[in-house]
Amino acid sequence: MELILFMLFGAIAVGGAIMVVTRRHPMASALYLILTLFAVAALFALRQAHFLAAIQVIVYAGAVVVLFIFVIMLVNVPENKLPMERVTGMRLLGVVAAGLLILESAVLARKFAMPAGSTADAGSVQAVGRALFTDYLLAFEITSVLLLSAVIGAIAMAKKKI
Amino acid sequence: MTPVFDIAVAVARVAVFFAFVFGLVVIMTWVERKGAAYMQDRRGPNRARILGLTLGGVFHPLADALKFLFKEDFIPDGAHRLFYQLAPMFALAPAIMTMAVVPFGPPVTIAGKTIALQIADLNVGILYLFAVSGMAVYGVVLAGWSSNSKYPLLGGLRSSAQMISYEVSMGLSVMGIIMVFQSVRLSEIALGQGALLFGFLPKWGVFVQPLGFVLFLTALYAEANRTPFDLPEGESEIVAGYHLEYASFKFSMFMMAEYIHMVVGAAVVATMFFGGWQFPYLADKGFVLPGGFSVAVPAAAVLILRIGSFVGKTFFFCWLYVWIRWTIPRFRYDQVMRLGWKVMLPLSLLNIFVTGLVLLYIDKGGF
Amino acid sequence: MTIGVKKVARPEKMSFGESLYLLEIMKGLAVTMGHFLHNIAHNKDIPTIEYPEVRRTMPARFRGCHRLMKRPDGSPRCVACYMCATACPAKCITIVAGESPDPAVEKYPVRFDIDMLRCVFCGQCVEACPCDAIRMDTGWHTPPEDTREKLIYMIDKLLEK
Repeated sequence: MELILFMLFGAIAVGGAIMVVTRRHPMASALYLILTLFAVAALFALRQAHFLAAIQVIVYAGAVVVLFIFVIMLVNVPENKLPMERVTGMRLLGVVAAGLLILESAVLARKFAMPAGSTADAGSVQAVGRALFTDYLLAFEITSVLLLSAVIGAIAMAKKKI
Repeated sequence: MTPVFDIAVAVARVAVFFAFVFGLVVIMTWVERKGAAYMQDRRGPNRARILGLTLGGVFHPLADALKFLFKEDFIPDGAHRLFYQLAPMFALAPAIMTMAVVPFGPPVTIAGKTIALQIADLNVGILYLFAVSGMAVYGVVLAGWSSNSKYPLLGGLRSSAQMISYEVSMGLSVMGIIMVFQSVRLSEIALGQGALLFGFLPKWGVFVQPLGFVLFLTALYAEANRTPFDLPEGESEIVAGYHLEYASFKFSMFMMAEYIHMVVGAAVVATMFFGGWQFPYLADKGFVLPGGFSVAVPAAAVLILRIGSFVGKTFFFCWLYVWIRWTIPRFRYDQVMRLGWKVMLPLSLLNIFVTGLVLLYIDKGGF
Repeated sequence: MTIGVKKVARPEKMSFGESLYLLEIMKGLAVTMGHFLHNIAHNKDIPTIEYPEVRRTMPARFRGCHRLMKRPDGSPRCVACYMCATACPAKCITIVAGESPDPAVEKYPVRFDIDMLRCVFCGQCVEACPCDAIRMDTGWHTPPEDTREKLIYMIDKLLEK
């Protein structure tokens, strides 16, 4: 059952991702991106990482893609003026390189195989929270400071007079 | 036998809660119009009649539904056909999905099995709620953009900015509740509110997190696009905002989505801050009043009282939407943004900080 | 005398309680709830008139729908002098005059149309008429119609009342 669901959501994620790249209309790409993010969240949930799945949807599907769509709406290029994208040699090479990268990472992942079927609790809110604030406290705080400085930097660049 | 029983229970739970929410949606459309009328010294809808009965206009939702069904399904010329038709679905689907995690009663035992009166007791609880209700913005944005019209575009832009801004303070304002009850599951939060505070006050969220309650309620109104935060559809400025170009059943889907958001939001407020299905001073066996009195109540009556208490609280908060709507005028857009980022966000952070301090003090043996 | 300007006093600075808004919102809620409960309890006090069933009594001097008067022999009293059409500020009266068969009367209206959609019901036509041929009815207003054509009253309709 789990395998079937994994195949299903994996197929949706990959298919959605391909659609994101190939669609001509940016709004269609954005919507397919949401689909992909949802499928990835479902994959997380299958691995018992419920917290990660929820955060994936809240942050990426709920906020980041909304900002993408915000920009698409503001720019609002009419459909007949969208740039035509052609298949070039470089792009085909890019696809080949990406395929190689995926293969390599698959091989690597097999080497450092993840524990099959982690415990039901490992991905719960409590477990993730505890891990973040004990074992990974330093990394967590440094990331926070990095994000804070990014926010301040964005404000400083956007506003002439603060 | 067992899987059939389980499936039957699952279907029954979905059916019951679905019927409850949609029934309340239908009632709310009437309550809103009638309430508005009475607050403004008018009479309100009282024309639709069946067999000569008007009953204060309760048949108007039926008349509205019929009208929506039979109106022309219209697509404007310049609209993007696919996205234009997708938008109402994007609006309605998340709204319906949100109701899955709200517990509408205590767990009951039937035929030796404990059944939670909740469609799904996810262990991410509230986070699921935020994740799904955050999706609602796509319906609004897509509708605004695909209509190829100025006012809907403005409405969509306003709505996306507003929803992202208030999602932040909404998420942070419930952190206090999560910290106090040490769970993100709505069922456990509701269960935890059965205790008494200082021996006489029900340990409801509103009593342990008054600031969190105010912040959450405000953010909820902003998320549901209700007055005083109904700028995405502010009819005096941008006509009707994002659903301006919609007619017939597509429009009614937006309408339904808004009302389902209201109803589910009311149920969530009731669950997190007003004890959910907890009836004050009612334990499993009967009333336990402060001061040592106790009155035995049969189990069936306890169950009915508890579900009734949930329904009553939900209905009160549904009514509060209407009440607020006809009391407070709409904010200006910069005021909305200032309130969201400069008032609510710092206050919710302060709330978390103070809650943490108090919890730490209690942990060290205070109180 | 110019129209008076009413100054609404606004406090220079909000007090702390006001700047919290919550208390003020509560006060506002109390006001709306007061209206709500009062209107439920005293349903009859609501000033709404339920139109088709209940009608507002019109003022005694209300003048609405036009009519043309007749002589005792049934011919129109109007002599097609164009006074009413001239006086009309909305230019809604169209008259075409013809020679009257009656030697005592010079002219009679072949056409006498009043466009009720344009009429502003000022009563100038009634004032202007030298023969008391046009009057305005009291007690009722122009009935609504479903087409524009029906609201341009021809001479037959104006005479038949």
